Amino acid sequence: MLEATFELIVPLVVASLIDKGVNGRNTGHIYACCIILIALGLIGLISSCTAQFFAAYAATGFSKELREDLFTHLMSLSFKEIDGIGTSTMITRMTSDVNQAQTGVNMFLRLFLRSPFVVFGAMIMAFTIDVKSALIFVFVIFILFIIVGYIMKTNIPMLKKVQSLLDTVLMHTRENISGARVIRAFCRESDETEAFLKSNDALVNMQLKSGRLSGALNPVTYVVVNLGIVCLIYTGALQVNNGILTQGQVIALYNYMSQILVELIKLANLIITLNKALASAGRLSDVFDISCSQKDGNIVLSKEIIEESNVAVSFENVSLNYNKDSDDALENITFSVKKGDTVGVIGGTGSGKTSLISLIPRFYDATGGCVKLFGRNIDEYTIESIREHIGVVLQKAVLFKGTVADNIGYGASNLDSSSLENAAEMAVANDVVNAKGGMEGIVEQGGRNMSGGQRQRLTIARAIAKNPDILILDDSASALDFATEKKLNENIRKLDGKITTFIVTQRASSILTADKIIVLEDGQIAGIGTHDELIKSCEVYKEIYYTQFAEEKEVSHEK
Amino acid sequence: MKNKDTVKKLLLRIKPYMPLVLLSLILAFITVASTLYVPIVIGQTIDCIAYKSVDFKTLISLLTKVVLVSLFTMLVQWVMNLVNNKTTYYIVRDLRNDLFNKIESLPISVLDSTPQGDIVSRMIADADQFADGLLMGFTQAFTGVLTIVGTLLFMLNMNVVITLVVVVLTPLSLFIANFISRRTFSMFKKQSEVRGEQTAYIDEMLSNEKVVKAFSKEEKTCEKFAEMNEELRKASLRAIFFSSLTNPGTRFVYNVIYAFVALVGAVNVLSGGMTVGILACFLSYVNQYTKPFNEITSVVTELQNAFACIERIFGLLETDSEIPDAADALTLDNIDGRVKVDEVYFSYNKEKKLIENFNLSVVNGQKVAIVGPTGCGKTTIINLLMRFYDVDSGTIFIDNNDIKNITRNSLRSSYGMVLQDTWLKNGTIKENIAMGRPDATDEEIINAAKEAHAHSFIRRLENGYDTVIGDDGGSLSQGQKQLLCIARIMLTLPPMLILDEATSSIDTRTEIKIQNAFNKLMEGKTSFIIAHRLSTIKNADIILVMRDGSVIESGNHIELMNKKGFYYNLYNSQYGD
Repeated sequence: MLEATFELIVPLVVASLIDKGVNGRNTGHIYACCIILIALGLIGLISSCTAQFFAAYAATGFSKELREDLFTHLMSLSFKEIDGIGTSTMITRMTSDVNQAQTGVNMFLRLFLRSPFVVFGAMIMAFTIDVKSALIFVFVIFILFIIVGYIMKTNIPMLKKVQSLLDTVLMHTRENISGARVIRAFCRESDETEAFLKSNDALVNMQLKSGRLSGALNPVTYVVVNLGIVCLIYTGALQVNNGILTQGQVIALYNYMSQILVELIKLANLIITLNKALASAGRLSDVFDISCSQKDGNIVLSKEIIEESNVAVSFENVSLNYNKDSDDALENITFSVKKGDTVGVIGGTGSGKTSLISLIPRFYDATGGCVKLFGRNIDEYTIESIREHIGVVLQKAVLFKGTVADNIGYGASNLDSSSLENAAEMAVANDVVNAKGGMEGIVEQGGRNMSGGQRQRLTIARAIAKNPDILILDDSASALDFATEKKLNENIRKLDGKITTFIVTQRASSILTADKIIVLEDGQIAGIGTHDELIKSCEVYKEIYYTQFAEEKEVSHEK
Repeated sequence: MKNKDTVKKLLLRIKPYMPLVLLSLILAFITVASTLYVPIVIGQTIDCIAYKSVDFKTLISLLTKVVLVSLFTMLVQWVMNLVNNKTTYYIVRDLRNDLFNKIESLPISVLDSTPQGDIVSRMIADADQFADGLLMGFTQAFTGVLTIVGTLLFMLNMNVVITLVVVVLTPLSLFIANFISRRTFSMFKKQSEVRGEQTAYIDEMLSNEKVVKAFSKEEKTCEKFAEMNEELRKASLRAIFFSSLTNPGTRFVYNVIYAFVALVGAVNVLSGGMTVGILACFLSYVNQYTKPFNEITSVVTELQNAFACIERIFGLLETDSEIPDAADALTLDNIDGRVKVDEVYFSYNKEKKLIENFNLSVVNGQKVAIVGPTGCGKTTIINLLMRFYDVDSGTIFIDNNDIKNITRNSLRSSYGMVLQDTWLKNGTIKENIAMGRPDATDEEIINAAKEAHAHSFIRRLENGYDTVIGDDGGSLSQGQKQLLCIARIMLTLPPMLILDEATSSIDTRTEIKIQNAFNKLMEGKTSFIIAHRLSTIKNADIILVMRDGSVIESGNHIELMNKKGFYYNLYNSQYGD
């Protein structure tokens, strides 16, 4: 800002140079003035460097805070909101939108703090020279602000539209790459191309439309400033004629006006950047407006509470729907599970198996009825303490970048190597660990360097390593062959007798020996009981069982 | 050499818009000329102003001239901006269209081996970046260079000595700009490295947020993020700060130039070499002259960037497309479904052999199953049958026609294909089911969904058949997605079928029901089935047992079981105890 001030003194010096030095034929004064000009430039350099430093410091600090807040905010959302936003949007907002906003802030600090200062400073300086001429400045600046404001206001929505049209183009592109096989198998290339051309044309038209407006900014500014200059010189001429102003002072005024022009043109060029930043900022604040729908409880689920209680999990008339307008995913589910029991959950595709178990770690809140954990309503506990005692293996086997040991020890801090190995052994993952070169072997992002079965076993080991009180396996042995799965089931059975285990599966064989089997169909319980009970009483279970063990019916009788 | 090529290709792209480019050049020229003319007139007006002797008549006529010239400039400049916009956006639109056409015609092998993000970023980011560069080049470089040249000419015209002062001092600013940008380059690189790391972390954590939450690791994750974030802040602070020094640095040089011009000019005025008006005009020229330098330095980086982008785009555009169908290629209709594979060899990469001497003869209506351990080449066979890949040697016949002599479209539409990797497009459930037959009626669609046992879950969705499913199926489960893909086939009723693990995520009970529907659909039709669960293929007419790219056993279930070979072991490992 200091720099801007010095820049504003320059025309004054020049005015004095012309009036006193040239018109007064004073060579010494001319030299002095020139030295002052260079000195001013030097001071300007130093102060502007400082200004740039603070601008950069502020901008990077701002975006750091923004990213951190946004990340923490996203991490605090519950599953419901995560489902609603979608991962890809979260990632683009977190990366490109934040970057866009940072650029905006940086530009703003760098130029918007300087330019208005120069513009208004020039105006104030004009006042010190001559009030009457300065009024022309006020008028010109006022008109320019109206123009800039109008163009920004109408252009931002257009730019948002451009951005969303670009999203469509992006979507078409992605789709046609990822779905190339299917599209070609159905010979839909020409339709897809047509759709793409259409969206591409829409994009170009919108770009041109917004370009018409922003392209006018510069020329209009130019004309307004030049008209201002004309008025200025004319009134200046009158004043000089009357002896109120000197010729040098008119030149100074003219210079101020040119400076305004230069700054405004710079501004105009940056307005697009700023508009984009504003559009991004809007998208960011949308995310910040989403708040976590789950209320945390205040009781810490402790070892004592678990010790005291006999019933680990109980559902009373529980129902769940993910979306108000759709049918319930779960309806009237009632059951209770004793501590240490093994529970099998079986049912068809989309019957609600995953929905049921995701209520236990409170990933979602039941929309009706109540879920109890160790004798208390689940929402009385703090969410963190609930999850501390529950080991979950999700359907999608996800690993993180790092070492094998990092991944197995993910849920429990500071495990020694023997407990890590123990967990791996329990999950029949010893050979996986060995194949990767031991516990220090590298796991790539998402576990890309492993097969589905290897990943599944590591995720199981990860849940076991936590030493949980409740273990939930959601179809987590689907990629394992039958022999390995059997071994795994035996190992799980051998775990500390107090662990309550839920096994979600499509294979009846995995849960034959479970203490309790819950059979789901269309979100409702079709039967609960042991294998022997269900095979007699539950039609759905019988059907599932016999489709898988058609031949073994006789075999098992022989045994 | 390579650069020359790129320029040539770029010019070829611009060619259709040559009239527009020329127009823009002319307009730029006019703009610059009139922008430069205005200060001269203003200088003259200032000369009219003197104490008590203002020549109002000349003054007013000169001022009118300024107004007219400015209005004219505005108009020309605006039209020029529009022309530039149009040229740039049209060129980019053409590029994008060509890119898309390219994607549609690229061999599957290229799509398989190129990361999706890479192609997408060429289509979106590179094209955008290129547009920015081009636009900047048009608007700023044109006018910038013209302004500099023009200003110099005007100045030379007025006073040679002062012009020389300006010219001699200019390189100084370029030197400073260059010095700084070279130093900052490594800082920017560091910044983008750190940013890349952070993006990867964000990607990983946000896509797996559910796991993070299941293990209550939110706090740890945020902590780690904060650490990376701080590192990024430091890196970008340095990069931004140092790069932003260019501007004040060069501005200082301009100030020095300005002072010198004022000095020399004033001395000149004293010695009667020039008028005060000319000096004022000179000073304003110096302002105008230095401005484009600043812009041009930034335009140069922008242009370099644009150049890199267009090279990537051309790179993709020049990838070989699928060999087009021969002009006399056959169009298949009324297929019997006889498929013959004759001594086929194929491998994805020359060093690793895969399919060797593959022979198969299928009579119409037969059900062929392919089984074998992962990586034995099952899916490859399908790639060859559908002609997603061409065989290295040997021939595949359909109804005695070499498939290379059949149009791809008619070949592919004679197969109905359900792949393990379910793919759904952005759109409604209805649109997805009707993909193979966009003209299907609602009733037909619903019937197909019923056949595929997808009707009951679709009905329970928010908007039934009009529910919009997002990227890759959105919230649908893997099994549900498979059901939709099956419904697609149930609607098209193709003459031949390919099922690659089509029911792997569907529960066994539904699977059996669907199997029945398939059996009905496949009656009298040739079908190829790949399945992990051997129970689903037991009733196939031919079971091919593959291992390491070749068929090691073949026959029906009973024959193979009696053989007590590889198949027997495979079967027992699934069902034996």
